Amino acid sequence: MMINAIGREIPEVVEGYGPVKSFAGAFATPPGMQRQAPAVKAARPGDSKLLDGLEEVFRRIPVRDGMTLSFHHHFRNGDGVVNQVLATAARLGIKNLKVALSSVFPVHAPLVEHFKTGVVTALDTNYMSGPVAEAVSRGVLAQPVVLRTHGGRARAIECGQLKIDVAFIAAPAADPCGNINGVTGPTACGSLGYAFPDAEYADHVVAVTDHLEAYPLSPVSIPQTRVDYVVKIERIGDPKGIVSGTTRITKDPVQLKIADTAAKVIEAAGLIRDGFSFQTGAGGASLAVAHFVRQMMKKARITGSFALGGITGHLVEMLEEGLFKKIIDVQGFDLEAVRSIASNPNHLEVSAGFYASPFNAGCAVNQLDCVILGATEIDTDFNVNVVTGSDGVIMGGSGGHSDAAAGAGLTIVVANLLRGRLPIIMDKVLTATTPGETIDVLVTEWGVAVNPRRAELREQLLAAGLPVKEIGELKAIAEKMAGKPKEVPLGSRIVAVVEYRDGTVLDVVRQAK
Amino acid sequence: MMAIRRSMLFIPGNHPGMLQNGGVFGADSVILDLEDAVAPTEKDAARRLVGMALKNADYGDSEKVVRINPLDCDGAVDIAAIVPCAPDAILLPKVQNAAELREAAALIASAEVAGQKPVKIIALIETPRGLANALEIAEADPRVVALAFGAEDYTAGLGAVRSKEGGEILTARALLINAAAAAGIDAIDTPFTDANDDAGLAEDAGLARRIGFKGKLAINPRQVDVIHEAFNPSEKEIDWAERVVFAIEQAQAQGSGVIAVDGKMVDAPIVNRAKRTLEMARMLGLKKEDGQ
Repeated sequence: MMINAIGREIPEVVEGYGPVKSFAGAFATPPGMQRQAPAVKAARPGDSKLLDGLEEVFRRIPVRDGMTLSFHHHFRNGDGVVNQVLATAARLGIKNLKVALSSVFPVHAPLVEHFKTGVVTALDTNYMSGPVAEAVSRGVLAQPVVLRTHGGRARAIECGQLKIDVAFIAAPAADPCGNINGVTGPTACGSLGYAFPDAEYADHVVAVTDHLEAYPLSPVSIPQTRVDYVVKIERIGDPKGIVSGTTRITKDPVQLKIADTAAKVIEAAGLIRDGFSFQTGAGGASLAVAHFVRQMMKKARITGSFALGGITGHLVEMLEEGLFKKIIDVQGFDLEAVRSIASNPNHLEVSAGFYASPFNAGCAVNQLDCVILGATEIDTDFNVNVVTGSDGVIMGGSGGHSDAAAGAGLTIVVANLLRGRLPIIMDKVLTATTPGETIDVLVTEWGVAVNPRRAELREQLLAAGLPVKEIGELKAIAEKMAGKPKEVPLGSRIVAVVEYRDGTVLDVVRQAK
Repeated sequence: MMAIRRSMLFIPGNHPGMLQNGGVFGADSVILDLEDAVAPTEKDAARRLVGMALKNADYGDSEKVVRINPLDCDGAVDIAAIVPCAPDAILLPKVQNAAELREAAALIASAEVAGQKPVKIIALIETPRGLANALEIAEADPRVVALAFGAEDYTAGLGAVRSKEGGEILTARALLINAAAAAGIDAIDTPFTDANDDAGLAEDAGLARRIGFKGKLAINPRQVDVIHEAFNPSEKEIDWAERVVFAIEQAQAQGSGVIAVDGKMVDAPIVNRAKRTLEMARMLGLKKEDGQ
């Protein structure tokens, strides 16, 4: 056992994962390696990439036991490609596949059966919820799942640590030569940013589409130069499942209060000024923060620089009102985001690596003034858990959480002090997914806590009359109302390894009982 | 110290989550509600819950008020259970006359425990008869610190049609304000019932303040900030008040009782209003303390 920089006990070697590189600090570990290079390809005039169905794709490549198949999650809970590809693998009797799917949703429930039959024996992802997460937590896989960040996945692919044999890219629109975009067709999802590293570094790249257009397709997100095969199937997904979270501002007065306070924190930090750059999520308090920030920006008559991340209609409206000059979009959350990226030259589609990889010559999160993030738990060292719930079962993942936290000048976590009947502040989070050194402020309905590393920020917030408290005080308020939660009993088996964006290990998740 | 009741926020007395969070919205008063928010079969449970909330929940600087049921609907049981839990005030609904008010005051007095801070009364005027008797109600007992207006029941009693603009309640509002002013207590306006119309609320609260209300009931926490915005003295008003007070101090120093500010005569009621504005601005932190 070793103790990493945030005090988590980690085995030196995790069975099924290998030797562990211990987390040493958010920017402490240098890359010290080369990019990986897939085989060089060639195509001749007259060659056709169009194949007749997924089985032919499997035979042509050919897909063999033990390979790594990758997928993007831009269709979220409306994805139809992962299930169809894996059903094909099962039909063809293929075993021991590793699935590298950037996020896993309830719609991917059939994966559980593939785990049980040995078709799939390994999973590499940045986020998982629903039956797959539940099954993994209960120990369905012999090998631990690798949980990465969005930027970390791009890094792992680029550096050859996540070696992809075949990338199956769900393509809302494609042409017969393999040009792909996400903005046309019945299943348009907007940005295809999370699929870019897969297309760039996989040995074989397959465009899976239900909307084939004549050559040449435009616009092009993923070019024909990187795509080996094109296959048309009946349906790649359900557009209704693509929309994430809610596109309406919450009416919950407590969440509104939290959002209002978070916006005041941003203002007090002096960030409501020309050139402001901002990231926030969909749903709940996050969207409401954007709502209040929007009002402040209008009142102050300022023009921000850019909004980043998962993009909602709300941010699109801010772009169209001139409150931001650009949107940098790695994933669209609703149909307004799709409409905008298709039509507005100031709405940019970027790759996961451009968005958040720590190991390239500069990613977008480093340019952020402020990011708003959530938390399932936070501890008195400001370490955040967004992986496991209070019962120890996996119900999420970092996604871009740790990436944006590390990059942004001001990282604000918004959370209700009590989740259900449980305090969210603990002495030690069950699973550390984002290190406390990258979190600046916690905003709750009962007050605001500032990371002691940011003494000057604390002074700014106090001067603005914000209800600043020590994080221990907030913890005491929560425990006075709800008591101190009991520790969750867990098994000893490691079911997931939580990798930080640089590939070091932040924590491990143990089997839930 | 004068009491500030810009916003008085109703919290349902049968909702543990909201009772627990009632303190986070910054309302000047929270009203833990045992009456309309609570179904008849839930009254016992709500009474216990509100009692526990008064003892354990943190309402910060908010005044803690409990709206009990009318005296003829177990209001006396409410008083006996709630008063020993030390609320700052009881909001007495549907008060019709001074006798009812005095009856409640006597029940409160007998429910208070030794050493307890006297519990105040806010009388909710929401019937035509109650409004007709507003002054005698306001003056019925020294515990009465404010009259509050409930326009929904009142307009039903009139047979009037309720509107957002409120033309049908303008007379009632004026009568209630006058009665409260005559008794030297606060008048609190009826709630604005469309919780999704911030602009409508701002307009309604602005009108309420201009015609003499000191605050407004709120039925949703989201209304609190808008109401405060409407009832806070503006910079211009604070500036005017400072000049009035400065002028009167100068005049007094020179032995003169008559002053003019901005070319207008200023007499005692205006000076009192200016002083109240400054006191309120100081208490709300809208104005720096002298010497800072």
